Amino acid sequence: MSRRGPLVGEFFMNGDIACAEGGISAGCRFFAGYPITPATEVAERMAERLPEVGGIYIQMEDELASMNAILGASWAGVKAMTATSGPGFSLMMENLGLGIMLETPCVLVNIQRAGPSTGLPTLTGQGDMMQARWGSHGLYSIIALSPSSPQECYQHTIKAFNLSEKYRIPVLVMADEIVGHMSEKVVIPPPEDITLTPRRKPTVSPEEYLPYKPDADLVPPMANAGEGYRFHVTGLTHDERGYPVMTAEAQDRLVRRLVDKIERNKADIIEIEEDGIDGADVVVCSYGISARVSEFAVERARDEGIKVGMLRLVTVWPFPEETIRQIAKRVKAFVVPEINYGQIALEVERCAGGAANTILVPHMGGSAHRPETIIDAIRRAVR
Amino acid sequence: MNQNGSDEKHYIDQYLRQDRMPHIWCPGCGLGSILHCFLSSLIKSGIDMDKVVVVSGIGCTGRAAGYVKLDSFHTTHGRAIPFATGLKIANPELQVVVFSGDGDLIAIGGNHLIHAARRNIDMTVICVNNFNYGMTGGQLGPTTPLGARTQTSPLGNYERPFNLPYLAAASGAVYVARWTSMHVRRLEQTITEALLKRGFRFIEVIAPCPTTYGRRNRQPTGLDQMKYYRENSIIRHGADPKDVDIDLNGKIIVGKFIDTERSTYSDLLDEVVQRAFGAELLKGDTSKEKATVAAPAPK
Repeated sequence: MSRRGPLVGEFFMNGDIACAEGGISAGCRFFAGYPITPATEVAERMAERLPEVGGIYIQMEDELASMNAILGASWAGVKAMTATSGPGFSLMMENLGLGIMLETPCVLVNIQRAGPSTGLPTLTGQGDMMQARWGSHGLYSIIALSPSSPQECYQHTIKAFNLSEKYRIPVLVMADEIVGHMSEKVVIPPPEDITLTPRRKPTVSPEEYLPYKPDADLVPPMANAGEGYRFHVTGLTHDERGYPVMTAEAQDRLVRRLVDKIERNKADIIEIEEDGIDGADVVVCSYGISARVSEFAVERARDEGIKVGMLRLVTVWPFPEETIRQIAKRVKAFVVPEINYGQIALEVERCAGGAANTILVPHMGGSAHRPETIIDAIRRAVR
Repeated sequence: MNQNGSDEKHYIDQYLRQDRMPHIWCPGCGLGSILHCFLSSLIKSGIDMDKVVVVSGIGCTGRAAGYVKLDSFHTTHGRAIPFATGLKIANPELQVVVFSGDGDLIAIGGNHLIHAARRNIDMTVICVNNFNYGMTGGQLGPTTPLGARTQTSPLGNYERPFNLPYLAAASGAVYVARWTSMHVRRLEQTITEALLKRGFRFIEVIAPCPTTYGRRNRQPTGLDQMKYYRENSIIRHGADPKDVDIDLNGKIIVGKFIDTERSTYSDLLDEVVQRAFGAELLKGDTSKEKATVAAPAPK
């Protein structure tokens, strides 16, 4: 066998494989996972590629273990990721919470399928968007990206690693079965053209080091295990020393920071794409595969003379509240196509705050919307 | 000043987080002596303390990670072993010890235990078995002896418990031993020996829990439980693990049952990668990537 390093050039690959290659380009050298349709190809690609770049693939006994193993690997100083779909995503919620509490950089790819339960294993869905936001118990903020193409699967995985290191948080790549299984051109730039965010390391001696003493941006520097800092970290509510403190005050101090380190840095984290929103009467707001169908529908509606804009959410969480608020003042309505019975539409409606209508275009899963359905909704919105 | 009001330092003090004392464990609990044995073994083993990582799950024993002045992780219920697996195989230089309880490792974490043993992940697992869930007030668990009364088996337990050494050995552990918290000298020797060995090492330590278990089972104090261990423990090194079941207030077979050699997960992984890529594999690739992660951030 011959050994390849990181790939460079133009490739024809599906979204799952592009997520794996994005991980390789981002410096991910540890993948722990469990086979699950339609995310299995991410694991298969990692099993093939990681040994070639000096990394480790381990197939765990379940998704609970997979999530834990990547947390452990990240604390050992190695960039780590996993990939799953609905049922596995549910199992990962437990230790996604641990990752948030310990402030552990890592990446979790969810190639969404239709649920609930085993649902439609081989067919698409976007039903995990609220689970991505609220799925683990307790209070927290999260970062989730939603790729619309294999090229974005590649790029978003790199971006997810960078955000996870910068904000010390597990970052979710919320793709779906269609994006995961469609094959398109993916351009992989040379390593020197890829910007990677390094881990923020302590600048004080082990004696002075406090594992949860934050910098000005609310993110604490992170020592890795085995570096001599002899730190303790816990999933219990803790103080700056990492020691458990069972009081309402400690809870307030810690949880406020965990939420604020994301919410106060929204301007840096959120990426959206706007097209033709100025002067529009209606704006279609969508993400992932639904955004691609929406873009087609928007073109057709414009052919009919309707003034319609397109807002594509590249970052879904944290939610671009302010953008929606501002647009709501200028348009009649938002049209929100998504492959669920209304999740992101609830956020749009909340932020529009009655200034503009929100028209949900639901789809229960198993396929993408037909463009006609979305065009009809746009027509209704301007009527 | 230590807790006794004297300035005299005990030799394990430097590895304990003095600022977290007093600990939460009840009078009569066995965890203090077991933690002492563990730290004492670490010192005797001569292992670089900066490379030692202690990982615990949830429960009374799970609090051990928080008391050691070493890199230590207090994780989620049952998940200490997969967390430790990630740590160990991502950085094989680490000496990884899982220190947790029977409810954590055997019930909710049972699947992870058997798979880590099967893979022969290079780690030491110290499983403190007090026959019940102490932290939540004394419910039955997968180690509760038949007939024992707990808060959730008020009529006496009618579930057959696991025999932990048998489970660990059958799953592939290369080192399996059992002591009680009364056998401090032997326990210390065993942990030291295990720490210096490679592969998945499993040590069960039977411990008193007078507060929630003993008092419902005719051993109301820690001392009663220690007396029971003294009168009923039988040292039988090399015993077949299938013969070391524990009956309610019955005999406890202790000793070293398994001590064998088998390639670890990382050994086999390295072998396969070497075979596939041989000289082509650029040594230091991983460390180069680690350097990326470890690079100091500009202030």
